[in-house]
Amino acid sequence: MNAALRADPARWINRAVAVGVLLFLVLAPHVVSDFNLSQVGIRSLWLGIAAASLVFLAGYCGMVSLAQAAVYGVAGFTYADLVVKLGIGQWPAIAAGMATAVAFGLAVGLVSSRTTGIYFLMLTLAVGVIVYYFYLQVEQISGQTGLHLDHAPALVGGDTISHPRRLYYAALILSAVVYVFIRYLVRTPFGLSLQGVRDDPVRMHSLGYNVPIHRAFAFAVGALIASVAGILSVFFNLQVSPSSIDINQTIIVLAIAVVGGLTRLEGAWVGALVYSVLFEYTQPWAAHLPSFFQKPLGSERYPTWLGLVFLVIVLASPGGLMGLWHGGVDALARRLGSRPRVGPAEEPATHG
Amino acid sequence: MRARAPIAATIGARTGPALGVGLLLFALAWVAYKAFGSGFGIDGGVPDWIRVTLAGLTLSGLYFVIASGFTLIFGLMRVVNMAHGSLYLLGAYAAFEFQSHHLISWGWGVVVSSLTVGLAGVVMHQLFLRWNQGQELRQALITIAISFILGDQMLAYFGGAQHYVSPPQVLSGNADLGIFCSTGGIFGGCLTFPWFRFVALGTAVCVALALALVLRKTRFGMIVRAGVDDEAMVGATGINVDAVNAVAFFLGSALAGLGGALAGVFLVIAPGEDADFLLKALVVVIVGGMGSLAGAALGALALGMIETWSPQYLPGAWSNYSILLTFLLLVFVLAVRPFGLFGRPT
Repeated sequence: MNAALRADPARWINRAVAVGVLLFLVLAPHVVSDFNLSQVGIRSLWLGIAAASLVFLAGYCGMVSLAQAAVYGVAGFTYADLVVKLGIGQWPAIAAGMATAVAFGLAVGLVSSRTTGIYFLMLTLAVGVIVYYFYLQVEQISGQTGLHLDHAPALVGGDTISHPRRLYYAALILSAVVYVFIRYLVRTPFGLSLQGVRDDPVRMHSLGYNVPIHRAFAFAVGALIASVAGILSVFFNLQVSPSSIDINQTIIVLAIAVVGGLTRLEGAWVGALVYSVLFEYTQPWAAHLPSFFQKPLGSERYPTWLGLVFLVIVLASPGGLMGLWHGGVDALARRLGSRPRVGPAEEPATHG
Repeated sequence: MRARAPIAATIGARTGPALGVGLLLFALAWVAYKAFGSGFGIDGGVPDWIRVTLAGLTLSGLYFVIASGFTLIFGLMRVVNMAHGSLYLLGAYAAFEFQSHHLISWGWGVVVSSLTVGLAGVVMHQLFLRWNQGQELRQALITIAISFILGDQMLAYFGGAQHYVSPPQVLSGNADLGIFCSTGGIFGGCLTFPWFRFVALGTAVCVALALALVLRKTRFGMIVRAGVDDEAMVGATGINVDAVNAVAFFLGSALAGLGGALAGVFLVIAPGEDADFLLKALVVVIVGGMGSLAGAALGALALGMIETWSPQYLPGAWSNYSILLTFLLLVFVLAVRPFGLFGRPT
């Protein structure tokens, strides 16, 4: 045991695990089956990016947004509309989809920037549901049964169903970019002032910062991250329809972030992995879970499972799975004889 | 990113309300033009206007019943009950279930459904929310998880099909309003409106009056109003705050159940309606101001009228976009008053 390790064992344990996980993720296509790589791997990565946009807003800005599914829906629908209906090239369509989502995010951010805490949560939920009904009603934009791609574009490998590796690596690289981007952004002056706004908006205001504008820009940044997830989701699902952004999807994104840990960035992908495994593997045997009302057991009760996991995590560990992990590592580190680390805030501030 | 210059802030603060009020006046003028522009006779737009407006008022009444329960719970306990829409749907399914098994009459079905849902709300509060009092975000997340589970379980039990509750015989017909009568042909007769919708509207008005009376005149209402301002102080005077909270949660949930049982007659009962009515409750209280009964009434009126007038009076090509008007309502109210029309910062 060298000196650095003895000084802070928790940090070294975390680093070792991070390197191991990264190595596994890079080598995963050679280890796991193509089915798991696609259905669990790619699903986890794109949902992880979506949840990361929420973790960024909740953890660093104190804004728990329920409009993230709507934002990535805007990106996905815009992209799919341009490609399917107008036959525009891939890159312009992707850029347009992301730009529309960011513009929408900025608009919603400006409207909601004066509300905080629980009001913000309710307002963004209302916005999210309104966007869902908008796409449900306006079939000229959303198509009668949603918009469908024949196959994924060549830039992610065309036939992603039988050859998912290229899309997997694309999603992995984008996840890494999003992770590094958020980590970098929160260290910039803008990111630091966002955390100041989170912790004490009144003091930031009296220091001369324009608090609503900061909140609005933060929401636009969150929209930029979510739009990446929106484009990836269309590549992965080969379709986008109003039900891709309904309230269940909104809650799923929230549940992923909460299960992973609402203030821990890594938690977004951890939660997404838990969701994808539940989604893929509880469906067959969740059918045997008794319905509380004891009537026909549907074949797909995984929402109940997800809801229960969500509920238990919220009740038992507000820090989510990553909170449990860090708690465990710190306990181990204490046994090895070091002082506990000072971690980030357990819960985002909810008071304005 | 320094603060805006004061002058720009003043201009912003004045153009927002002006634009909002201007748009509201334009919308009202447009409706008036469409309704009365072609004369007041039977061939004009007036009969349709009366019918649509009455339908809008009924819908507003329903929204008020549901949103008043939501706002009551929030006002007293600061609990944002995201499962309120699920409780609404539970009330509707309960009324349907009582009727389809011929257990009790329609009227008793409404009463028992409301009480059942109220009880479900109390159980939820006692089991999951009481010991998290004060942690707003956590409570919201808990109720979201519960609504997710409830929605899936209701889908498992009742299936994806649409259900309806039939009204009792006396209320199933149409009321003859005795105006705009025409003679001859199969279309002869006067302007009519379903009896049941009058009953729903009347129920909403009664609920509003009863709630206002209870909150203003009774000891319970006094405690609730005091609790809204300072719950710790109320507890310090020896009042059992837990019991008051439980009663308020019962009442708020029962109102959601009552709304569901009534709505089952003239709206569909189907999966997804829980999210729909959570949205309605949210919009109503965001517009009106959380915790304010008068605000809930005004918000419900605004939302109900927008939803019924816009398909009728928007130009045909635009009627698909009527949901955007709800969004505009939110935008303008929040731009002017971030805490809603009657809301105040906590």
